[in-house]
Amino acid sequence: MAGSIEHELTLSADDLRSLPILGKVHEWVVTVDHKRLGVMYVAGGLFFFAIAGLQAMTIRLQLAMPNAGIVPPEVFNRLLTMHGTAMVFLVGMPILTGFFNYLVPLMIGARDLAFPRLNSFGFWLWFFGALLLYFSYIGGDGLYGAGSAPDVGWFAYAPLTERAFSRGNCTDYWILSIFLTSVGSTATAINLIATTFSMRCEGMTLTKMPVLVWLSLVVSFMMLVALPPLSAAQAMLLLDRFLGAHFFDTQAGGSAVLWQHFFWIFGHPEVYVLVLPAFGFASEIIPVFSRKVIFGYHVMVAASCAIGFISVSVWAHHMFSVGMTPAGNSFFALSTMLVGVPTGIKIFNWLGTIWGGKLRFRVPMLFSLAFLFQFLIAGLTGIMLSVVPFDWQLTDTYFVVAHFHYILVGAIIFMDFAAIYYWFPKITGRMLSETLGKWHFWLFLIGFHLTFDTLHFAGMKGMPRRIYTYQPGRGLDTLNLIASIGALVQGIAVLILIINVVKSLRSGEVAGDDPWDAWTLEWSTTSPPPEYNFATPPVVRSRRPLWDLKHPEDPDWRYE
Amino acid sequence: MTISLLAGTPIPAWANDWGMGDSNSKIPPSSIFNPVSTPAHEIDTVAFFVISITAVIFLIVAGLLAYSVIRFRTRPGDDGREPPQVYGSNPIEFAWTTVPVIIVFVLILVTARTIYVVQAAPRPPGALSVHVIAHQWWWEFRYPDLGIVTANELHVPLSDPHSPTPTFLDLESVDVAHSFWVPRLAGKTDVIPNKRNSMWIDPQVAGTYLGQCGEYCGTEHAMMLLRVIVEPRPDFDRWATAQKQPPVVDASASHGRAVFESTSCVNCHTISGTRADGRFGPDLTHLMARETIGAGVAMNTPAHLKVWVNDPSVMKPGALMPAMNLDDKDLDDLVTYLATLR
Repeated sequence: MAGSIEHELTLSADDLRSLPILGKVHEWVVTVDHKRLGVMYVAGGLFFFAIAGLQAMTIRLQLAMPNAGIVPPEVFNRLLTMHGTAMVFLVGMPILTGFFNYLVPLMIGARDLAFPRLNSFGFWLWFFGALLLYFSYIGGDGLYGAGSAPDVGWFAYAPLTERAFSRGNCTDYWILSIFLTSVGSTATAINLIATTFSMRCEGMTLTKMPVLVWLSLVVSFMMLVALPPLSAAQAMLLLDRFLGAHFFDTQAGGSAVLWQHFFWIFGHPEVYVLVLPAFGFASEIIPVFSRKVIFGYHVMVAASCAIGFISVSVWAHHMFSVGMTPAGNSFFALSTMLVGVPTGIKIFNWLGTIWGGKLRFRVPMLFSLAFLFQFLIAGLTGIMLSVVPFDWQLTDTYFVVAHFHYILVGAIIFMDFAAIYYWFPKITGRMLSETLGKWHFWLFLIGFHLTFDTLHFAGMKGMPRRIYTYQPGRGLDTLNLIASIGALVQGIAVLILIINVVKSLRSGEVAGDDPWDAWTLEWSTTSPPPEYNFATPPVVRSRRPLWDLKHPEDPDWRYE
Repeated sequence: MTISLLAGTPIPAWANDWGMGDSNSKIPPSSIFNPVSTPAHEIDTVAFFVISITAVIFLIVAGLLAYSVIRFRTRPGDDGREPPQVYGSNPIEFAWTTVPVIIVFVLILVTARTIYVVQAAPRPPGALSVHVIAHQWWWEFRYPDLGIVTANELHVPLSDPHSPTPTFLDLESVDVAHSFWVPRLAGKTDVIPNKRNSMWIDPQVAGTYLGQCGEYCGTEHAMMLLRVIVEPRPDFDRWATAQKQPPVVDASASHGRAVFESTSCVNCHTISGTRADGRFGPDLTHLMARETIGAGVAMNTPAHLKVWVNDPSVMKPGALMPAMNLDDKDLDDLVTYLATLR
């Protein structure tokens, strides 16, 4: 069956050979190859990263000084909504989906995902969902005249999203966009689970899978649990807005808090959906650049599963101030603190991996080491936020903004960058420039800390999040100015990454099959890999098949 | 992009803070670590405890990380051989699982204790009761026992730590979700439509405390500010007595009053003793007793009132009060009348 599909596609490409560019585009549009779809996901994610990043820089420009009038309030509110929504659904999700798409079949010695056409379907759902969100700028005849984007915040608390408070169609675009992208993600999750369970090569038992593949499995199961409540809530909201249902319409007896429960029972697992892939990247990159096997493989896998389970019981820690009972607050405080245990175990195991190694400070390793420190801090501020009374002060302030950007940027984006530098040679056959990479790393690191370290203190001095301006004389001026300068520095760093990618694609050093002297299966095939990945299906005996090849005198399978 | 957005911005919005910067800088910053009321105190204490624990964890783990990054770097002249491969160690895994579990156990006990102290405190019979009603972008305060209605500036009596006279706030919203937050007095409590929440404060130092809405509530979320004015009991009683009086009738402002009563002002505002009994906007009976207007967007002076009444969106774009489109004389007289509402 698969053979006949490939055959058909080859024919179509032949027919279009007379139009080279169109032929090329056609090849990418009709592709069902997991590697091409993976690249399209990551490239799409980076494209929206640039857009949502520019929106963030506009936000920081407006907040650089008190009472600034760079953008009017309604434009600012659209910026913060679009920045948040895009960074989660159009950047975080596609980049992780893209890397899993690309890497999971290669790492388990398969030729594609289990359902290639479903994979393509998921991508195009995501793609058009993403376009729908940004199309709202043109089509969403909103409250403030013709055409506007949603301005209800990325978690869109009811009843601000009801017809009475959000006229026009901007909120509808938000609903439908998220609806589509989450259906796409659900399809991907099913695909990854089926692939991992049924398409592993000979010898690769579950406990011989690379840690990254394990994390993709955990993340996929979490998506299956977390996305349906989100889709359900979006459907309910759509019913409220178009058919007069009253789920969240408080003026007709609906419940505003119900929306919050629906949203966060998706929203908190979602945080782990986004960060677990970063753990996966770290668990592949840190061992290779420490020249050591991952420390405590079984414990790492168990901790990942534990995080997956606990993460579905913590959602109401986003709601400590809504007036839950003391017992309810205490329960969610406990479950939240408990996530710290498996998470701590992971940090300790990475430390155990580095310990006694021979560290090579190439760019992927630099990003990974920064990730370790930043993730540690993010975890500790997370513990502070789990202490309910402390959270009553900190929730919805810039402390929370700083905390979750430590996760989303300091952990996830840093590891996304590490992954890009690490797998770029495999994907393109060329190395990224190490010099530009180091400029990118150091500038991004400095900018990140200028921005997000200072914002913790702004929050503790009483600055709520999502305010389009603040008055002078409140002791917030200097902190905000520093944070805004940091945003500019981060912007320059990302520009260097773009230059690096463009330059290296054209004239980067040729990578070869295995530039990092690594150990997992993807490095055993060519760079870039052929469409069928492996000429002959590989056979493995341990978690590090390439280590076994390179060290026949001391192979891993003796110890596992 | 920025430039085109700039062009659409009314120039007066730049840098004119309507006197708020001066006023704010006389008030200490709203730091959560400078508490003057029991709930904020309790939070400050537990925060200090948690920050200490996390700081120790940070120093140990970050220290180990930094040490191993430096100690285990590849040195020049390395022989290129792979280091010894260590696959794991169950005793070590056990140790670094147990220690965090013990820390979590301690933390949850401390947390639960503070939750109950703050959230489950009984309401003593002598406590002052205030209904806080959040509106899109201002605060209404009703004192049911005293028969007072005011806006945006909450007056409460000083509480003596030895015989506390706390103020209990019952929070409701007429539109969307908001959150009541005055950092030096207490943590946030959300103000949610169709749900009644409550919280309490017992401020022990007289003064003015700045707060604002803590939950995103639409266009002017940023300018939904509030002030809490804590006064010794005699001063509070004097304020309360004055608030209960009808406003002094000033004959020189009779034309302004006529303008007020004959325009749509009366649909949204109340002034006791007049036919104005609207409830959508703030009660203006004792408008001039308040320090600020527009929920803290400008200092309350006749000049600022004139700008506000003429077109609120100059100060607060998106505010729900419409521009009144009065001619110059009517506007001047109306402001003269408003300025008599002491």
